[in-house]
Amino acid sequence: MYIYVSSSHAELTIEITEGIESALPVAVVPFASAGAPVDISAVVNADLERSGYFKMMAEQSMSSRPSSAQEVNFQEWQSLGQNYLVVGRVNNGGGQYNVQFQLLDVFKGGQLLGYKMASSAGDLRRTAHHISDLIFEKLTGKKGVFSGRIAYITTSRQGGQSNHKLQVADADGFNPQTIASSIEPLMSPSWSPDGKKMAYVSFERKSAAIYIQTLATGQRERVAEFPGINGAPAWSPDGSRLALTLSKDGNPDIFVLNLASRSLLKLTKNYAIDTEPAWSPDGGSIVFTSDRGGKPQLYLVSSQGGQEKRLTFSGDYNARGSFSPDGKNLVMVHGNGGDYRIAVMDMASRSINVLTGGRSDESPSFAPNGSMILYASKNGSTGFLSAVSIDGKMQQKLVFNSGEVREPAWSP
Amino acid sequence: MTFNKTVLALVISTALLSACSDTDNKDLGLTDGSQNGLNGLNDASTSGLNDGSGINGSEMDGSGKYGSGKYGSGMNGMSGGGASNLGPEFSDPSSPLSKRTVYFMLDSSQVQQDFVPVIAAHAQYLLANPSQQMILEGHGDERGSREYNIALGEQRAKSVANMMKIQGVSESQLELVSYGEEKPAAYGSDEAAWEQNRRVELVYK
Repeated sequence: MYIYVSSSHAELTIEITEGIESALPVAVVPFASAGAPVDISAVVNADLERSGYFKMMAEQSMSSRPSSAQEVNFQEWQSLGQNYLVVGRVNNGGGQYNVQFQLLDVFKGGQLLGYKMASSAGDLRRTAHHISDLIFEKLTGKKGVFSGRIAYITTSRQGGQSNHKLQVADADGFNPQTIASSIEPLMSPSWSPDGKKMAYVSFERKSAAIYIQTLATGQRERVAEFPGINGAPAWSPDGSRLALTLSKDGNPDIFVLNLASRSLLKLTKNYAIDTEPAWSPDGGSIVFTSDRGGKPQLYLVSSQGGQEKRLTFSGDYNARGSFSPDGKNLVMVHGNGGDYRIAVMDMASRSINVLTGGRSDESPSFAPNGSMILYASKNGSTGFLSAVSIDGKMQQKLVFNSGEVREPAWSP
Repeated sequence: MTFNKTVLALVISTALLSACSDTDNKDLGLTDGSQNGLNGLNDASTSGLNDGSGINGSEMDGSGKYGSGKYGSGMNGMSGGGASNLGPEFSDPSSPLSKRTVYFMLDSSQVQQDFVPVIAAHAQYLLANPSQQMILEGHGDERGSREYNIALGEQRAKSVANMMKIQGVSESQLELVSYGEEKPAAYGSDEAAWEQNRRVELVYK
């Protein structure tokens, strides 16, 4: 049984504000379906369109509705300017649905992919996202991220009281679930590498504490509640440790908490602000923000401790660094002249490329395939989420219709 | 260069949500381990939603200190005042004790000259009332990254605490907490709002 709170009524709009020039023309023909509760082909169409890589054919422009390769007249789709065609059907197999689809190359007249899958009614949406992942990977060579989830924080205000929620939704914004809620702030959600747990900061006890919550059970544990700051939790890639910021020794420093032994390793000992740790994908080093040079800049330190090395020198504010999954790029909040934007640094050349044009962009998080960066932005006092491709050419905007949404984190 | 501009609106309704949620954990043979996590989310949230307390997701740690009662006085700190047993001088506009917010410049934790007498007056009050305790709540404006703003808010609270300690206020009378940009005094994205948010609130316990 499911009971939904009012936030489940929230509307989310995803707009592709900039797509790529070379978008491939693809037609997803509405699947033949015997009353399935989810329109699978519509979900697949929306996923592919949202990626920005494809130019999706409008349903009303289609002159036939084949549901398998045998029914396709390839010349017809060629003349309609389509490169690829997706056809399929959903059969009700009594208690479960049998979904089949084919990805066809219109010019070669052949099949690129073909799958049959069984799905319960409740899993149909997830099945659709998996189909999108398979098609995306076949056509672009990159892993699809449609089956992923995003965590984020929302705040709504009513009568002088704020209500903060940590939520997790599907990558297309559907199916939002509240993980934690409080009238005191919630911050800094961080996924465990296996996607099963979430670390976050809660002020519910009127001071900051870090919790780890198991998503499947709702069970949680308070892992840090020292005097002062308990912030910026970040899981090590092997899941055994949590990097975090503590100010218990007088000023904010980076620590590594061993989750099994509960021992703390103090990584930085500077008198300045050191915060926002993020691990390199190999777990060997940690990037962090420090104002030891007068302004916040990014530094790198071995995850065992040792010499710290400054990474950023351009702009007067570089903070909240985070590595791409391949470790080749570092995304950050880049401040210059009072504007805060998302920038990417090529770790080999150390050159910085500013990707966004907002005034107050923050909290960048890489998609697990490394192709897109999710971040929080503001328009006036309305907070929304955006995604930008790593080359800056594609942009999407995810707008929640009520309250403010921020601190997005893409699931592993 | 031209861009494809496409707009696509997805509307979430409860009807759709109910339709696509199901406890059936049947393996599709095409998903990986994340599927468990996803079904699990439903469970966690559902149990949480039935829980009347302030925090969803039950099973706290050993301290057993949780409970909805904790949240009753949630917003007191925002007023910058708090305790109701303070004397009339705290509401007299001509007294520096009536001011209980110290404002800061951008990316700075240095106390500006205007606020030195305000901090001094509160320090004197704390000295004269050694059993009185105060929370120094550090805050920042929305610009820049959130965790860095937590650190900046703490530095601001520390600046005020240090001035008080120099005047003899006992460390045990002062409690520091930084909310960064998470509890703005003014909503808006302009200098007028930002300057109200870069602050330390002096909250009598």
